[in-house]
Amino acid sequence: MTLVLMALVFTGLHAQSKSDLPNVTLKDLNGKDVNISKLSNNGKPIVITFWATWCGPCIKEHNALNDVYQDWQDETGVKIYSVSIDDSRSTAKVKPTVEGKGWEFEVLLDVNSDLKRAMNVSNPPHTFLIDGNGKIVYQHTGYFECAEDELYEEILKIAKKKK
Amino acid sequence: MRKHILVLLALALTTSFKAGAQSLLESSQVSGSFQTDAQYYMLDEGIGITDLNGKKLGINGFGKVNYANGNFSAGIRFEAFLPEMNGFRKELNGVGLANFFATYDNGFIGMTVGDIYDQFGSGLVFRSYEEWSLGMDNALRGARVVLRPAKGVTLKGVYGRQRYFWAPYLERNFATDDYRGIVRGVDAEWDLNQSVTALNDSKFKMSIGGSFVSKKQVNQSMFYNIPENVGAAAARINLGYGNFAFSTEYAYKINDPSAINNFIYKEGQALMASLSYSQKGFGAVLQVKRIDNMSFKSMYTGKQNDLDINFIPPINYTHTHSLPSMYTYSTQPNGEMAAQLQVNYTIPKGTALGGKYGTKLTFNMSQVNDIVRDSVKYGNAMALNESGTLGYTSKFFAISDHRFFRDINFEIDKKINKDWHVTAQYINLYYDIETIEGHAGSPVVKANIGFLDVTYKINKKQSLRLELQGLWENEVHKGYEVEESEKKDFQKRGDWAFALLEYSITPHWSFSIADKWNYGNPVEEYRDHYFTGTITYIHEATRVMLSAGRQSEGVVCVGGVCRTVPASSGVSLTVSTSF
Repeated sequence: MTLVLMALVFTGLHAQSKSDLPNVTLKDLNGKDVNISKLSNNGKPIVITFWATWCGPCIKEHNALNDVYQDWQDETGVKIYSVSIDDSRSTAKVKPTVEGKGWEFEVLLDVNSDLKRAMNVSNPPHTFLIDGNGKIVYQHTGYFECAEDELYEEILKIAKKKK
Repeated sequence: MRKHILVLLALALTTSFKAGAQSLLESSQVSGSFQTDAQYYMLDEGIGITDLNGKKLGINGFGKVNYANGNFSAGIRFEAFLPEMNGFRKELNGVGLANFFATYDNGFIGMTVGDIYDQFGSGLVFRSYEEWSLGMDNALRGARVVLRPAKGVTLKGVYGRQRYFWAPYLERNFATDDYRGIVRGVDAEWDLNQSVTALNDSKFKMSIGGSFVSKKQVNQSMFYNIPENVGAAAARINLGYGNFAFSTEYAYKINDPSAINNFIYKEGQALMASLSYSQKGFGAVLQVKRIDNMSFKSMYTGKQNDLDINFIPPINYTHTHSLPSMYTYSTQPNGEMAAQLQVNYTIPKGTALGGKYGTKLTFNMSQVNDIVRDSVKYGNAMALNESGTLGYTSKFFAISDHRFFRDINFEIDKKINKDWHVTAQYINLYYDIETIEGHAGSPVVKANIGFLDVTYKINKKQSLRLELQGLWENEVHKGYEVEESEKKDFQKRGDWAFALLEYSITPHWSFSIADKWNYGNPVEEYRDHYFTGTITYIHEATRVMLSAGRQSEGVVCVGGVCRTVPASSGVSLTVSTSF
């Protein structure tokens, strides 16, 4: 009896910690469903960045991120998800743009801005950094030249914590 | 012993309650965002602002809070337009709770009550969405059910009434012309690759879908017999094989006389298709579309974009620089034939032309023409697009000589070395301003546009950006003769020059000055300078932007963010944050 009660106490104490990411499902460029709340990168950092084919600063940010992506991956194992908020005006252009520009990110299509709304993004570009437990640890709106360096410092902070 | 048990029981209950509450708190996420755009208006005779109409200040603001806990989420959005900024609809003036929703979704079934944003296929028969920066919101207040009975199968049903600025949803006021109907819709989609195991990782991709949407409206017209139920249906298919992708959607709508289509009783049709090929370093996409009488609103007297149930996407290239975006095409729901081709290519790194970083090229061409309309028999006579008749007949593949729009552009994007980056674009534009903006009798805009965007990195923290743009009209310029009575139609016409210099200190500050000069306007008094200075401060997800000067109509991109602005003179402030 006592044991049962003790067990109860402990199960009660076991509070589960959950991901900050919303329960929204988007399609990737191959048409596969991806549930954002279930994104994982084996405990390594994840970057989610919102963009659109018609957003000049976003293209600049993506080009800059793409230039350093390989190095970042080698050093920290970070994975970048690039969420396109293009609607049916330009969804057909997303894949040719991504491939044509040679970007290496995992690209997701937020055709009706479901994730944009759920993550409270007002204007692209807007970038989130998520740690290995699914917590949003840093976010940034807009793009200035070299802003990726600041993002990388934040990535290094959580990548180091891991070790 | 008993005492012990009681103590333990009490302990167990309190801890599990406490832990329960704690775990509820820990698993709950509260997030949200705020934005305020304010503008202080000043008289500026130089650009023709001689009367502020009693309005010195415009403030648009919103605040939203989302709550999520596992499968449950809910949110509210509060909006204030006190009063609305110039360029936004007067009906927005007001303050209140504009949007709320609650959703439960466990993967098998999802239910939402409140304000719903969703779309079926590409939106040809149903799309509800909001675009804050344009003051546009046609959310459907009602209920939605989403069912996923098997892998790859999604069924959706929506029911409700659309947002119409601040008009109440339940007690519509017919005296103020609020005849909004009820919108009902169902959609089914089947993705073969997710539902058939053998096709899971196949190179061949296929999904199909279909939807049916209807509106139930009240006939308040004294002249026309307005149908109380109007239905529209659509079917779509997406196919892919390796690097190729093809998708198409066809929509049909029964007769739906409205203020937009001049109260004709013709059915509507829409067809969109796209074919693309992409591989690393190369992407090409061809899109075509045909629209015939496809305006679909939940109120037959609706104007502009009010109460649109569907969304007819313009497929042309969206320009974001100041001068190229001056003449932006908007869809003609009564009829258009459009085609668009875009090619993206990256000249590989390490080649003579690619250099160290590769060179990115983009080519785009789009054109839109009218459909061909033939008159129909009405009584003993022939009539073309006359109210109360069947309107017209139209051959499906016939293209009218009346061209609305054409844009041919070529862009080169090159990182020269660690410090220098250049983007340049040339655009050849044809823009039928009479049709698109409703300026009767205005000559077509035929223009060459070019821009050069150069970024120089001073060091790891500081950079300079220079933008030079020019727009040259082929026919309308300094020497063009304008009659006194037509003058007004020539605002913003003729040749333009634009220059912007931005200095930014990563990650927080940006300072910029810009001048836009209509130096080649045929009307001398319109040859104005639009000078602006802007300071932007960004800290993580917070942005504060202060600018002063004159703004002409168009899209402005400063501090890494773009938004549309109306013509004005004064000081404006934007504060936005999200958490």
